[in-house]
Amino acid sequence: MANLKTVSKKSKAQSMGMHTEVLTGRTQQKFFNPDEAENFYYFGTYDVDFNKRTELDVKDMTAPEANKEIDNLMSQGYGTIVIKNPQGKHSLGVGILNKLNLIFEGSLGYFGMGSCDGPIVRINGRVGWSCAENLMAGKVVIEKNAGSCFGAAIRGGDLICKGSVGARTGIDMKGGTIIIGGDAGAFTGFMMQRGRIIILGDVGINLGDSMYDGTIFVGGEIGSYGSDAVDSELTSSDQDWLKRKLKVAEIGENFDVSKMKKIVAGKKLWNYDNLEPTEKKGAI
Amino acid sequence: MCGIAGLIHRGKSSNVGSELQGMLQALKHRGEDSTGYALYGDTDGKNFIMRFKVGENVGEGSSSVMEDVSVYDERKKIVDETLAEMGAKIVKEERTLPYSLRYEIDYNVKDLLEFSQRIESIPGVEILSMGKSLEVIKDLGNAKMVCDRYSLDKVVGTHAIGHARMATESGVDIKSAHPFWGYPFSDVSVVHNGQLTNYWNNRRVLENKGMRFMSECDSELIAVYLAEKMRDGATLEEGMKASLTGLDGVFTYFVATKDSLGMAKDTMAAKPLVLYESDDLVAMGSEEIAIRSVLPQEIDTYDPFDGEVKVWQI
Repeated sequence: MANLKTVSKKSKAQSMGMHTEVLTGRTQQKFFNPDEAENFYYFGTYDVDFNKRTELDVKDMTAPEANKEIDNLMSQGYGTIVIKNPQGKHSLGVGILNKLNLIFEGSLGYFGMGSCDGPIVRINGRVGWSCAENLMAGKVVIEKNAGSCFGAAIRGGDLICKGSVGARTGIDMKGGTIIIGGDAGAFTGFMMQRGRIIILGDVGINLGDSMYDGTIFVGGEIGSYGSDAVDSELTSSDQDWLKRKLKVAEIGENFDVSKMKKIVAGKKLWNYDNLEPTEKKGAI
Repeated sequence: MCGIAGLIHRGKSSNVGSELQGMLQALKHRGEDSTGYALYGDTDGKNFIMRFKVGENVGEGSSSVMEDVSVYDERKKIVDETLAEMGAKIVKEERTLPYSLRYEIDYNVKDLLEFSQRIESIPGVEILSMGKSLEVIKDLGNAKMVCDRYSLDKVVGTHAIGHARMATESGVDIKSAHPFWGYPFSDVSVVHNGQLTNYWNNRRVLENKGMRFMSECDSELIAVYLAEKMRDGATLEEGMKASLTGLDGVFTYFVATKDSLGMAKDTMAAKPLVLYESDDLVAMGSEEIAIRSVLPQEIDTYDPFDGEVKVWQI
C-alpha cells in the first residue's frame, strides 16, 4: 500500500483498496464476467412469454396467497398477468424480480409493488402508502392517486402517478425517476440521495428537505423549500430530457417544460470532501 | 398505531352501526385493545341520551382493577338520585352490561356543564356521551366483539366515527378508549390517530380555564381543546384550524357534531387517511380497506394533504 500520508487526497481511496466510491464496510467485491453469463442465476426469476396472458381474481385471496399465485403463474411462463378485484389489499405484487407485464384492474392498499426489480406494472386505480418502495428497475404506472411515501427509497426504474400523491414522495430515493401528473404533499424529496422527481402540479411545504443529491422539477407552485434545497438553472438538456420522459410517461405531453422550476441540493448540510471516520483512521 | 374510520350520509339515513363495524373490523390489525363507536342515530330529538359507565371492563387484557358488581349498583343508585335532585326524569333505562348504562333523560337545560359535573362527581362514574343524537359506545376488544356486545349492528342514523385502538400512551381500559365526548357540549365526539407531544402543557392551560379531563390519554386533549374553542365562540371549523398549530405532534383526527363530520390532518401529514367523497356519502379511514367494506366497487379515493381541514354537513 502506498504511504497514505503522502498520496494525494484523490487517490487515497484507491490506495486503500477502493475504486470509484468512498464507502466503508465493504467486505467483498464481485465482478461480473460476461463469459460466465450462462452460469449466472438470479434467484426468483423465470423465463416468461409476454404473449402468454392470464387473469387472476384475488377477491377471496389474502395478499400472501395472491403473491404466491403470481409467482406460480410466472413459473408457468405467463408474461402478462391481469389481476382482478385487488380491492385495496395491502402488499400485493411485492418482490417480483422478473420481466413481467402486470396489470391491476383496481386499487391497491399499502406497500403495493414493493421491492420489485424489472416488471412493467399498470394499476388502473389508486395506491396506498409506500407504493413501489425500493423499486430497483422496471416501470410502475398508477392511473389515479397515490398515498404518502410514494417511491420511498427507490434505486431505479420509472414510477408514474397520473393523479396526486401524498407527503414524503421519493423520501430517501437513491435513483430512478418519479413522475407526478397532479399535486404532491409536504416533504417531497425528503433526504433524497439521487434520482429525479417531476411534479407537474403544485407541491407542499418543505420541498427537498435535507436532500443530499438528485433533482426535483416542479411545474406548479411550491409551498416552501426545505433545508438546503435551492433553485438551479433549467438547462436546454434538462428540457429535452423532461419532454422525452413525459412523453414516455404518457402524461403532460403538451406541458410547457420551459417554465418548470429545478431544485437541487445546496450541499451545505454536509461536507462531500470529508472521509468517513474509519477512513480517516487508516489515513493517519 | 391505531385506526380511525368515519362516514356521513348526506340527505338520508343508513345502517351506520353495521357500516362502521365493517370499517373498523377491516382495521383491526391496527389495534384491537379497544374499539369505540360514536353513532349519530335517528331520534325524535326530544330527550337527551346519556351513555355512562359505573365501572371498567376487567377482562380482555384490561389494566383496570376488578370491583364487585354491588359497587356498580351502588354508583347507579347515586346517579339516579342525583338526576332526580336535578329534576331530570329517566324516560328509558338500559343496562347492557353491569358497568355500562344508557339512559334517555327528559331534562330541559342548555348548559350541560353543571349537569355533567354533578354526575361525574360521583366516584367511578364517567359520562361517555351526552346528546340528543350522539351515543358513544366503547369497550375492550375488536370492532365485532364490541358491536355484538352492545347490539350496534341495527343502529340507523346519518353519520358515525369510530376508533380501533392499540394502547401506547395510556392503559387498556374504557376511560382511555376513543371516541371522546366533547364535554360539556351536546353531541360532539372525537377520534384520533397519532401522538400529541404538548399534551401536558395544553392540559395545564385548559384545566386552569375550567375544562375537564377524565383520562391521561393524549387524544382526549383534542376533544377538550375543540370544546374550549367552541365555548369561546369559535365554530367547529375555526377550532379545528386553530388545532393545526395549537396541537403539537402527529395526528389525523375526526370530529363529529349533531349534523356534521370533520377531519383534520397535521402539517407533517405523518398519519394516514384515505378519503372518498360523493354527493350522498363521505367515507374515510386510515386505510382504503376500511372504505372498501362499505363500497366494494372501484371508487376514486385520495389522501388529504398536510394541514388540511374539511367539514361536511348531513
